[in-house]
Amino acid sequence: MDNPQTTKVERNSIGLALSDYRGKASTLCPGCGHNTVSNQIQQSIFELGLPPEMVAKFSGIGCSSKGINYFLQRSFGFNGLHGRMPALVSGACFADRRIKLLGISGDGDTASIGLGHFKHVIRRNVPMVYIIENNGVYGLTKGQFSATSDLGLELKRQGKNFLPPLDLCLEALISGAKFVARSFAGDIKQMKELLKAAVMQNGIAVLDIISPCVTFNNRDDALQSYTWGRENECPIQELTYVPRARAIQVKDFQEGETREVQLHDGSSIILKKINREYDPTDKHAALELLIEAQEKRIFTTGLIYIENSPTNILDEFDLVDEPLNRLSPDRLRPDRAALERLNLSYQ
Amino acid sequence: MDHPIGNAQNGKKSKVNDFCMTICTVNGSGSATANTILYQALFNMGLPSSGKNIFPSNIKGLPTWFVIRVSERGYLGRVPYDDIIVAMNADTFQKDLSYLSEGGVVFYADHIQLPAETRSDLVFYPMPIRQLVRQAEVPRNMREYMENMAYVGIVGQMLGIPMQNVEHALNRQFGGKQSALDSNRNMIISGYQWAAENLTKQDAYLVKSLPPLSDYILTDGNNAGGLGALFGGAQFCSWYPITPASSMVEAMIAQNPSLRKDPQTGKNTCVILQVEDELAAAGCAIGAGWAGLRAMTATSGPGLSLMTENIGLAYFTETPVVIWDVQRVGPSTGLPTRTAQNDLAMVYKLGHGDVNHIMLIPGSVNECFEFGWKAFDIAEHYQTPVFVMSDLDLGMNQWITRKFEYPADKMDRGRVLWEADLDAYQGAWGRYKDLEGDGIPWRTVMGNQNPSAPYFTRGTGHDEYGNYSEDPGNWAAMIRRIKRKLDNSCEYLPEPIIRGKPNARIGIIAMGSTDPALIEAQDQLEEAGIPADYLRVRALPSCSQVREFLEAHERVYVVELNRDGQLFGILQQEQHELSPKLISLAEVDGLPMTAIWVREQILAKEQQHG
Repeated sequence: MDNPQTTKVERNSIGLALSDYRGKASTLCPGCGHNTVSNQIQQSIFELGLPPEMVAKFSGIGCSSKGINYFLQRSFGFNGLHGRMPALVSGACFADRRIKLLGISGDGDTASIGLGHFKHVIRRNVPMVYIIENNGVYGLTKGQFSATSDLGLELKRQGKNFLPPLDLCLEALISGAKFVARSFAGDIKQMKELLKAAVMQNGIAVLDIISPCVTFNNRDDALQSYTWGRENECPIQELTYVPRARAIQVKDFQEGETREVQLHDGSSIILKKINREYDPTDKHAALELLIEAQEKRIFTTGLIYIENSPTNILDEFDLVDEPLNRLSPDRLRPDRAALERLNLSYQ
Repeated sequence: MDHPIGNAQNGKKSKVNDFCMTICTVNGSGSATANTILYQALFNMGLPSSGKNIFPSNIKGLPTWFVIRVSERGYLGRVPYDDIIVAMNADTFQKDLSYLSEGGVVFYADHIQLPAETRSDLVFYPMPIRQLVRQAEVPRNMREYMENMAYVGIVGQMLGIPMQNVEHALNRQFGGKQSALDSNRNMIISGYQWAAENLTKQDAYLVKSLPPLSDYILTDGNNAGGLGALFGGAQFCSWYPITPASSMVEAMIAQNPSLRKDPQTGKNTCVILQVEDELAAAGCAIGAGWAGLRAMTATSGPGLSLMTENIGLAYFTETPVVIWDVQRVGPSTGLPTRTAQNDLAMVYKLGHGDVNHIMLIPGSVNECFEFGWKAFDIAEHYQTPVFVMSDLDLGMNQWITRKFEYPADKMDRGRVLWEADLDAYQGAWGRYKDLEGDGIPWRTVMGNQNPSAPYFTRGTGHDEYGNYSEDPGNWAAMIRRIKRKLDNSCEYLPEPIIRGKPNARIGIIAMGSTDPALIEAQDQLEEAGIPADYLRVRALPSCSQVREFLEAHERVYVVELNRDGQLFGILQQEQHELSPKLISLAEVDGLPMTAIWVREQILAKEQQHG
């Protein structure tokens, strides 16, 4: 029998264990998709070898937004207002540019009340991972339609949804996002690879993760259920994220069937095709893919669109290199001579 | 005194250095520059004067009025009549004439037709504006603009404004742009010359130079507030355009590149970001403040309504942020280009549930600068939103004001723990723990690498460590501590300023930009045999000085520019034991307050008391 004391704990490149990345115990329903996402966030940050103190997490309001409590308790977190997480991140990002920013939201938070902020934070290219834990329903308020609810979905006390769903990947794409992906709580390998790539993207990375609500919207035939999702998932490609430090053996992948997309920091994503050719750097192809998916009810997952992001909003301001929040007062207050010149000019 | 005060004469109205002149033009015609030059010339002569723009919510083509009051005695509030008008707008001519006092003077563009019947007491000076502009061979696209410069010359000649003072104003306006300077100067000179050769003075209104106002400057409150913020170390300003606040942030945008380069690296230290709406403006500022930056936004009433939920979040998470409210007439879209003091009641308790906020209320352009930097110290000290309640009159008009003083206080970044600081606490620190006993906790900010630094911020119920809590005892204690934290703030806030009169038994309380009207009214009341002490509130919550003021007087009038007596209501609540002494004098029509109104209201009420 193994002696527990000799069991080796796996450590990452900075010597931390997976447990260093955990959060508090989840109070979400057992089986909730969001718990899977939280676990994969924990796993991916661990694998990336980032210190938790170099990550900050933000959320709005909803079951999804509660999720930031359940990973990375060693990271600063801000659970803010419904739909308004992007604003918090857009301000905080300037304080210490070394910090990796994670924003967790839901389909209520993003596709309804927060749609304006969502599009504008994308337009600004704030360097953050924007995750929508998308279950097509309002969970925390106990079972109302969201703007991603399937047309025709029936819910108790709500009747039948007569409005077509928004596609948040499409919304992100046309708002100018340079990294758009969709994943599924039932496909954790894909999710983890996408998460790692998203964290390392030098700009906003939008992940629409279908994350079933087992309490309010998990009927076998429902668009955002585990059953339907597993049966119908159409991943575009197989993905592997490769950090810059690790050399990759090209011969591991069959030539002609893989392509490599480089991120700004030198890391890359290796994409292996599954059924058909798909170039995720082609925006027109991405649009067609998503429109077709809407029309034919195809559950497309994977890396939908990626574009090199050599700069992000922080680069527009030519700021000091050090964290802005650590500057001493003498570097923030103009001198007396400056005030005297101003007074003179107003005489 | 922030406004220059001359020696009070025995109340008689001289016509030298003592009149009100309104220039009646069309907006978008370039008249603003001409008016500014006239006003700046008067300031340069050493004359206490005010210049107020009454402009429509419009870009081009509607009537606009620039009201200049010159008063050697330093009475610079609005008066409800004109002594002189410069009539450039045919559409409003009839009405503009009706505002003139006895023996009033009318400069009018001679292409405007005079009414068939005019008062016999008025003096008329026709101005051949278009002819002068034609003679100067002004390019077509500049003609409308240059017509205004022509009246500067004519009026300057007739009032006796020395050309050297106009030169000074021109240099200030066009400094560095030689051809603009020359063409404007030449136009003005041609006005002077034409008037000297063709007009005979038939009125007694004159200006005469006084010793220079060398301790004073001329600029507007929004510019002052924006500069104050930059001198206050503002690091982040998110905003959404709204009249009348936009020009504050635009002033920051203009000055940021030269004022706020890091002395060590030459790189920028302040981010100004225009965002998609006021909710984002507030949210971004709160995110930045939470992460340890000096953060602010500037807006007006409608924007504040949108920011309400965010403010509640900042209040309860105890996040510092500065919000300027440059007030305009509400409710709803209201009068976007008119002034009021009508957001106090809303801001005082902005947010659902139990909230209460600190408000700073500047009453001069100098105080806009001072509160511009002080607000950050207060916000970070108390870890709470701080509102600076300016208004359109103060923000968008240029006022003669005392020179800006360099911040005397060291920057107060409040209680922030960095890596080494935390080690001293050995785990005993919690984000919302009242370790010092005054209700103000210690905070850490994002980027702090000490493992005990990170905590979870939430707008939901939380315990002293930021953990989620629905516990009843915890909730009650938490909101009581926040209240206690802020109740103690009044000692740290700008004190009221009292201007006393001998033997005064009654008092007057007012705030903000009504100050010139109050000073004049107070002097007039004294002359009428009713001396009153005048207290100008500069911050809320009110403190011992206000309570003592109420105790010391039989009746206290609370004067303000709104309908329902918002300051009155707040003082009633805060000083409830003494509230029977308070009498509300509240009025709003979008225009700045007049001394006459204040005086008449108080006289009438005092007669009732015998």
